Amino acid sequence: MPHRPVKFFQVGSFAAGNRLLDEAGRSVQADRGRSNTLTSGHRACQGCGEALGARYVLDAAMRATQGRLVAANATGCLEVFSTPYPESSWQLPWLHSLFGNAPAVATGMAAALKAQGRDDVRVIAQGGDGGTLDIGFACLSGMFERNDDVLYVCYDNEAYMNTGVQRSGATPPGARTATTKPVGDEPGNAFGQGKSAPLIAMAHEIPYVATATVAELHDLEAKVERAMELHGARYLHVLVPCPLGWGAEARDTIRIARLAKETGLFPVLEAEHGEVVAVSKIRRQAPVEEYLRLQRRFAHLLGDPPRTDVIERLQAIADRNIRRFGLLEEEGQP
Amino acid sequence: MWVVFQVRIHGRGGQGVVTAAELLSVAAFLEGRHAQAFPTFGSERTGAPVVAFCRISEAPIRSREPIVEPDALIVQDPTLLHQVDLFGGVGPSGVVVVNTARRLSDLGLNELAERFGRVVTVPASELAREHLGRPLPNAALLGGFAALTGVVALESVQTAVRRRFPGAVGERNAAAAAAAFALVDAGTREVARA
Amino acid sequence: MREQIEGSLAVARAVALCRPEVISAYPISPQTHIVEALSDLVRMRELAPCEYLLVESEFAAMSAAIGASAAGARAYTATASQGLLYMAEALYNASGLGLPIVMTVANRAIGAPINIWNDHSDAMSQRDCGWVQLYAESNQEAVDLHLQAFRLAEELSLPVMVCMDGFVLTHAFEPVDLPAQSEVDAFLPPFEPRQVLDPGEPVTIGAMVGPEAFTEVRYLAHAKQMQALDLIPDVAAAFARAFGRPSGGLLRRYRTEDADTIVVALGSVLGTIEEVVDELREQGVRAGALGIKSFRPYPLEEVRAALGHAERVVVVEKAFAVGIGGIVGQNVRLALSGAAPEVFDVVAGLGGRPVTKRSLHALLADVIGGRLNPHRLVFLDLDRQLVERELARLSGERRSGPHAENILRDVGVVGGRSY
Repeated sequence: MPHRPVKFFQVGSFAAGNRLLDEAGRSVQADRGRSNTLTSGHRACQGCGEALGARYVLDAAMRATQGRLVAANATGCLEVFSTPYPESSWQLPWLHSLFGNAPAVATGMAAALKAQGRDDVRVIAQGGDGGTLDIGFACLSGMFERNDDVLYVCYDNEAYMNTGVQRSGATPPGARTATTKPVGDEPGNAFGQGKSAPLIAMAHEIPYVATATVAELHDLEAKVERAMELHGARYLHVLVPCPLGWGAEARDTIRIARLAKETGLFPVLEAEHGEVVAVSKIRRQAPVEEYLRLQRRFAHLLGDPPRTDVIERLQAIADRNIRRFGLLEEEGQP
Repeated sequence: MWVVFQVRIHGRGGQGVVTAAELLSVAAFLEGRHAQAFPTFGSERTGAPVVAFCRISEAPIRSREPIVEPDALIVQDPTLLHQVDLFGGVGPSGVVVVNTARRLSDLGLNELAERFGRVVTVPASELAREHLGRPLPNAALLGGFAALTGVVALESVQTAVRRRFPGAVGERNAAAAAAAFALVDAGTREVARA
Repeated sequence: MREQIEGSLAVARAVALCRPEVISAYPISPQTHIVEALSDLVRMRELAPCEYLLVESEFAAMSAAIGASAAGARAYTATASQGLLYMAEALYNASGLGLPIVMTVANRAIGAPINIWNDHSDAMSQRDCGWVQLYAESNQEAVDLHLQAFRLAEELSLPVMVCMDGFVLTHAFEPVDLPAQSEVDAFLPPFEPRQVLDPGEPVTIGAMVGPEAFTEVRYLAHAKQMQALDLIPDVAAAFARAFGRPSGGLLRRYRTEDADTIVVALGSVLGTIEEVVDELREQGVRAGALGIKSFRPYPLEEVRAALGHAERVVVVEKAFAVGIGGIVGQNVRLALSGAAPEVFDVVAGLGGRPVTKRSLHALLADVIGGRLNPHRLVFLDLDRQLVERELARLSGERRSGPHAENILRDVGVVGGRSY
């Protein structure tokens, strides 16, 4: 019989579970005994990045705190699909108050626990980009500046999805939303607007700020674990593609999230007290078009003829991020 | 003898007008009476005209209207004298204490002395400068008021002052009050009280 | 112990005696002295354990209180006027969730035009937010009501706001008897929540409720307020037994039993009204006063019982429902529907205009003399000339300018007679 070479494929960090790793190196998700904090039966869309992100984050947080965790949740997709009356998917103490006050509610929770001497119980707050960056911004900033002992997690799907895909302060330029339609010469959402929540968080010089995507599970879980080792105000910004709102295939959620990072449009980094301390390097820089192509919210840029002017501007944003945060592998470095 | 005694205090923001009314009410309280003190309220602004009220009564005080017919008027800042209608509602038996080192005639207020029961001037800012190092005239004026009307005793004013301003500050204010009291007392000893 | 102190300080000390575990505070005139005093008490550890949150807005203040209360802590905040409006969304949230937060409202007018002085438009704007609303007549009662409020809130699982007139009470020095810590501890046991965020027993609080159940959940909120109609007098009675003085309750009658003319009001103006009643009585007029202590829930039956025998009822209120009439007046009319008395709605004291005995006497003389139309809202001490001048301006030109500026110029506030 002729010798046939066999290729071994390293599954690596893209897999939820990896039997080639020892137990300690495996993800929380791989553990059958994980908290399953956001249990199944919720009403999220197929392929919902937020449901995935929330599951990843909360199970990691529950492990890090041995289940001593309480959560404040803003109004939004996550809150709505997780608590369809009379059911709830939450397997931890969970409070939904209003749209714009999750950070403040969490502040109150942390204060209560401290006053009661229940220091072992930790507080996590979560909201979408709208509830975090727009309507909840003042409360977020207040929580940051007081350095309240809260981990705030923003699940960023770049628009007000729950109400029908309207533009938020996190909507990228060029994107189509229900309130930024590409009519005439308009490229969709305007350039020169929008806020970067991670940079704003860093400007408050809080103990820990990190960005992550649902494409890199280990990275996300590690950041949650790191955050829970610390005390004070901590912020985690997770990019969570929305198939419905982004006009993408449900099966492409993770691919799109990966491309957001690999184009440089979504820098993945960690910062402490306002200084970047680590970045997740881009393995293979992808042109922004590869990312845009998967999402109908950018379809108007890729028509006949394509809006190369807009695409170039988006590429410039990606390039700037790469330069600014050192996202590319340097020559000779791993 | 009076049942209710109403005092209106005029001055400018920063001169301790509100505090004066409060201290007066505490002094009356210490003597076992009912007392109520409150200011007209405005945004915090130094130099703006301020009015504060103090009612003293043998019976519990229920009304909260501003004092329209004061039995006594204390004017902490003489620059108000010709600018605003300070004397509205003061009757013929009313008494007036004016913070000034000058004479009433110098201030163009001669007819005032005739209109009211008694008008005295107290160099309260000067006494304050002497005792406190700052021209904060309220404690001194209260001392003068006590001497003029006998509505509260000097000791009560001083106790109220000491409780409000502990330590040296309280002592100095109490001394200023005593000095003013002595001045007014000396000036009125020969005059029959109304 | 009896002391002569500022109302705000008295309230701060009363609140501290109730051992709140979380206080969130955003400053607004005329509540500032309350939150400042509480900050001092926490910093000096006279109030401990207590976390004092320097929040960034009133919306944050109430939100933090919501989080704290849900986590099982006794929570408190204070506000007024614009601040109350700013937290309006959170007010409904707190009552809807059944969280026993206690809040002081230092009643102040709502702008525009901006006005920092006392009236009831702030609390009245939130009369239907689901909170229990109590009104203090004096600083002593303000102290007492805060003690009762915590107990009431926690028994009911409903938030309670204690209203006290801004400046008029908050900034007034008057005698107040503050109880000892041990007395308060005996009256107010530690907070035992009905629902709490506890990792040992996870619950989901704040889920969406659809058409199939929303009505029932809201009905329960109403039922709880109805329960409060019984509980408020109970707590007031328990208070009287514990501290030896009557305070709070649903109503307070003053010489109403044989009165022909009864004045109805809320808050500190009752003191002035009582003096007017006494003076009228000396003149042989059978006058009386009814103080409404609990405005929400509204004691319809008790109001009817207190007023039904009178010939005329004069409601004097410090707010009104623009475009329709009185607010308290409406509720009084509802209580008296079908009953005999003629009801007059009088708006007084808006934006801090003093309610004077002289004006009240003139008003009551007009009422008793049959010179007032009971079907028209009366504005006490209204300067008709000013209003007419402004109306003429409006009809004269399109660019007539802001009302407030025009009227202030007419009044000649700067350098004028008023001091």
